Amino acid sequence: MSRPGGQGRDALEVKFVPDEEVLKHIAEYTGMKVQKNKTQLVGSVKRFVKKLENISDDEAQEILEEKNYVAALGLCTQDPMGNGSSVSGGEVYSFQTPKRSSKMAELASELAQTPGQSVAPDHSKCPDKTAKAPQNNSKSCDAMNKKKEIVSTTPYRLRKRLTAPDPYLESESEYSASCSEEDEEDQKEVSTVLSGQETPAKTKAASTPPPRNTLAKKNKNKMGNLVEEYFEAHSSSKVLTSDRTLQKLRKRRLNQQTLHDLLKKAPLAYAAEIKELNQQHERLFSKWMLQLHLGFNIVLYGLGSKRDLLEKFRTSVLQESVHLVVNGYFPSITLRSILNSITEDVLNHIGTFRSPPDQLEFIIKKFKEDSSLELYVLIHNLDSQMLRGERSQQILAQLSSLPSIYLIASIDHINAPLLWDQAKLSLYNWLWYETTTFSPYVEETSYENSLLVQQSGSLALSSLTHVLRSLTLNARGIFRLLAQYQLKNKDNPSYAGLSFQDFYQQCREAFLVNSDLTLRAQLTEFRDHKLIRTKRGADGVEYLLIPVDDSTLADFLEKEDEDI
Amino acid sequence: MASDQIRNKGVNVTDHDLTFRSLSEVLQNNITPYIALLEAKDCPGIKNLMQKLMGQLMNCYIDVDSSEDEDYVQVSHNRIRCSMTSLINWYEHVTKKPDSETPSKKRTSSSRHWQSPPVVVVFKDMESFSTKVLQDFIVISSQHIHELPLVLIFGIATSPMIIHSLLPHFVSSLLCIELFQSLSCKDHLSTIIDKLLLRASFPFKLGEKVLQVLINIFLYHDFSVQNFIKGFQLCIVEHFCSQPVSVLCCQLVDAKKRADSLSHDQCENIRKLPSFRRYVESQVSEKQIALLTVDTYLKEITQKLLEDLHVYHENYLSVLRCLHVFTSFLPKYPLGKQIRELYCACLENQVWETEEYESSLQLARMLNKSDLVTMLQQCVEIFVSSSGKEFDNTVEKLKEFLTQFQKLEEEAFQEQDVSVSSQKELQKKTDLYHLQKTLLELKESRRSKKLTKFEMLRFEVVDYIDSLVRNYLVPANHKTLHEIMYFNTASVLREHLNAAPRIALHTALNNPYRYLKAFSTVVMGAEGPNADAASSDQVDDIIHARFIRAVSELELLGFIKPSKQKTDHVARLTWGGC
Repeated sequence: MSRPGGQGRDALEVKFVPDEEVLKHIAEYTGMKVQKNKTQLVGSVKRFVKKLENISDDEAQEILEEKNYVAALGLCTQDPMGNGSSVSGGEVYSFQTPKRSSKMAELASELAQTPGQSVAPDHSKCPDKTAKAPQNNSKSCDAMNKKKEIVSTTPYRLRKRLTAPDPYLESESEYSASCSEEDEEDQKEVSTVLSGQETPAKTKAASTPPPRNTLAKKNKNKMGNLVEEYFEAHSSSKVLTSDRTLQKLRKRRLNQQTLHDLLKKAPLAYAAEIKELNQQHERLFSKWMLQLHLGFNIVLYGLGSKRDLLEKFRTSVLQESVHLVVNGYFPSITLRSILNSITEDVLNHIGTFRSPPDQLEFIIKKFKEDSSLELYVLIHNLDSQMLRGERSQQILAQLSSLPSIYLIASIDHINAPLLWDQAKLSLYNWLWYETTTFSPYVEETSYENSLLVQQSGSLALSSLTHVLRSLTLNARGIFRLLAQYQLKNKDNPSYAGLSFQDFYQQCREAFLVNSDLTLRAQLTEFRDHKLIRTKRGADGVEYLLIPVDDSTLADFLEKEDEDI
Repeated sequence: MASDQIRNKGVNVTDHDLTFRSLSEVLQNNITPYIALLEAKDCPGIKNLMQKLMGQLMNCYIDVDSSEDEDYVQVSHNRIRCSMTSLINWYEHVTKKPDSETPSKKRTSSSRHWQSPPVVVVFKDMESFSTKVLQDFIVISSQHIHELPLVLIFGIATSPMIIHSLLPHFVSSLLCIELFQSLSCKDHLSTIIDKLLLRASFPFKLGEKVLQVLINIFLYHDFSVQNFIKGFQLCIVEHFCSQPVSVLCCQLVDAKKRADSLSHDQCENIRKLPSFRRYVESQVSEKQIALLTVDTYLKEITQKLLEDLHVYHENYLSVLRCLHVFTSFLPKYPLGKQIRELYCACLENQVWETEEYESSLQLARMLNKSDLVTMLQQCVEIFVSSSGKEFDNTVEKLKEFLTQFQKLEEEAFQEQDVSVSSQKELQKKTDLYHLQKTLLELKESRRSKKLTKFEMLRFEVVDYIDSLVRNYLVPANHKTLHEIMYFNTASVLREHLNAAPRIALHTALNNPYRYLKAFSTVVMGAEGPNADAASSDQVDDIIHARFIRAVSELELLGFIKPSKQKTDHVARLTWGGC
């Protein structure tokens, strides 16, 4: 590990100290009580400051040899460790994790490391190391680790300070060299003061600035001091996010199934009240029917799942009539599938359409021709991800504007009304009904890729294996090739897919296909089963992609390996 | 090439569709069967435009013609290259054919159309078309104008100047532009209110608050007449759904019949009406008992009351219009310029008790003669044309006023001389003191002077109008049985038309009691993170699961979304967070 040295000042020469040496240097004291060590260090900082004030005038002349300097600082760190007192090691950690409150600890550790670090100020060049530190922090437990961490956490704040006013460094070192010999009374005093401050983490942050400021800027005027202080105080309050993550809970991530089971066990609060509320809503059913028939469409809003309510509506009122239920929350629902179910199941039309507008035109024509046709469309979550698009809303709106199509839909998202402009609104011809049910969104959220639920991907996995099992060995090989390639590229964000030509080449090499055509036939089969997706790139080349997340794919390959 | 412009004001998208559709229907019925409606979003390029245009024209050709060769045309439609020449060929083919082949249907329509009917192309939203497409189309079609008579209609939302800024001169010079202006949506609204609400022939009426809500939605939300009608429809539905006595809300003749055949329950419903109770209380005690116990008597009275109500409406509307004639002339319009504003004011409470009415009367007392005469003439017309029978006297009285005004005119000549002489006196050369003196004298004399005949007459007229108002413009809710005709629950309307889903969510989530309850159940879990890391292990599974559900529900509702930056961190999306 080579370290680019030199601080660019003639006054001071810097020499590299390899990490190992630093480690060794510190490792000697692994048995020491770290906490005490720190407080003492802070004490020494304070004394630093005092001394600094004295010497600030003639600091420039004092030039120390590098070796002396290092040695002195080393002494400085050793010294406080000598007079250790008992504080539990665990508390060190509470210092460091929250960024703001750990200033004191940082300051201490900064000083502790100065022997190694100030001489080797390259740490600023690997900020990732320092950034990672807090995470390591939380996990490590043994004393050795702690020591290590202190090394790595060296905050650059001090380093900055060290690099900026060089002359101070010398004085510092000069002072610290002497500090070990200086009266111990003073030290104790400081340490007692500080120990009082230690326990609540937040007070420490407040206590630190003065020494630092004096250290750096004592010779400047007071005004500058205040300004500095101001920015110091405000810069540190940037973003405050708690570090208490779910990972720290040491709680396994629940998967969908267990979550569902658990929630089933949990009693529903206010069951009676909610039931009564729902009964109130149910009284509206006949009114809804009337209004639907009068050319209005109905949209339900309000907190709570409206799925059950609509289901109830369906079972109690619509049993006799043709109706279509659209589960908008279902992640793979598409406009086309809605239209298809109308044309195929309701109108009994076999055949495909070029585009949704064509299909819509056909539906409109059919419904206009045959006035006896009536269709109730129930859409759960009209505002879901899949139906949110401008085009799908436009087409649904046009559909709903047909006099013999009765639409009743529910919306949940707070911004759902923004979906519709005046034109769409007038097509929809909504009547709004507030149906706050307070019932949990069981179905709706079970598909949502919630951030707190472990994504098992079991659904996709089982379907993958199912389909693949019914295929020939060669076909499986082909798919496996693609899967492996995709996994290899999983870290590449710009990975568009495997181009057809490359894929063909690979398949040929593996003796899986003998011609372009056979591969194409195979791919068509995959596509029909929705195993792969093809995309045309900017250059017109066809790219193949498996639309499954990587972990599922990896699982799948593992399973396949087991089978073979 | 002919080109018309229809100018639509403002952003009202919804009604424009309707306007254009009815326009094309009218054109189709009266002038030409060949009409194409084009929208900017369908025509990003000249090619799409031609395709769309030809598609619509050919389809209309199918509609007009017999359906036998539909298949043939559909097939060819796909094959035909969309060019001007094919369009011209089609046009020649169509215009030549009509006499020979198809029988009756075609003939009737062709007789109404010209010999070679023009092809009309409507550009619904000219501003959103790309200039290049428009230019190209105009230039290309102008070269074929002899074979293909083309009329373009542009819908313009802003100012007619736009056509010159959109099209360069060499293109716009190819057009022969004529400008038409469509009525503003407010005018449409006035028509609707006039024809629907201010007619005695429609028994259903809107209450003051309801009307106010509908008008507010119109004025502050969408300017959409369609939505206004929708709201009106909803009112009708709600009224007949929720008000049991609305069974009597029909034409007077039917209402009387129905009142005769009311069941006991329905009678009870009538007895429950607050206005009816007030009526009962005002009666003598025997009658009270009869009204409350004897159904037949109640029916009799109901019929009578319904008739009263009907007469009241007839008179009401005439007097309202009459009053509007006066108030719409006054400076600053204290009672509103539109009749709907006046109507709202009159519905709300006794209009003669309002300050606005007071000030408008005062202003009316200062009207000049010619205005007053024209107003009186208008009022006479209104009363004469009204169906109310009580107005014979009123008409006579008003006519008498008019003749008196005429007499005054003759007398006025003599009076003029007097005023002129006094004027001349002023113009004579005098010193300051004398001038002051004469002016004071004039003032004195004016104050003490008896009102002129004209002024007296004017006072009389205004007082008469005032008495009419007090007589006839009694607010509807003072009338017995008004509940039958008037729909008053404005809250329903607001709820269903102008809903606020966010507020619903907010109130649902905002109940502190629920939160307290929720927290009290979570307390056990909340201790975990506070204590050592080890104890957090004991977080109850169910609480954990409930937390997860809460988070995913918030996500579904759009309150939060995962921030990609940190593990399991979320960002707030709504209500002032981000």
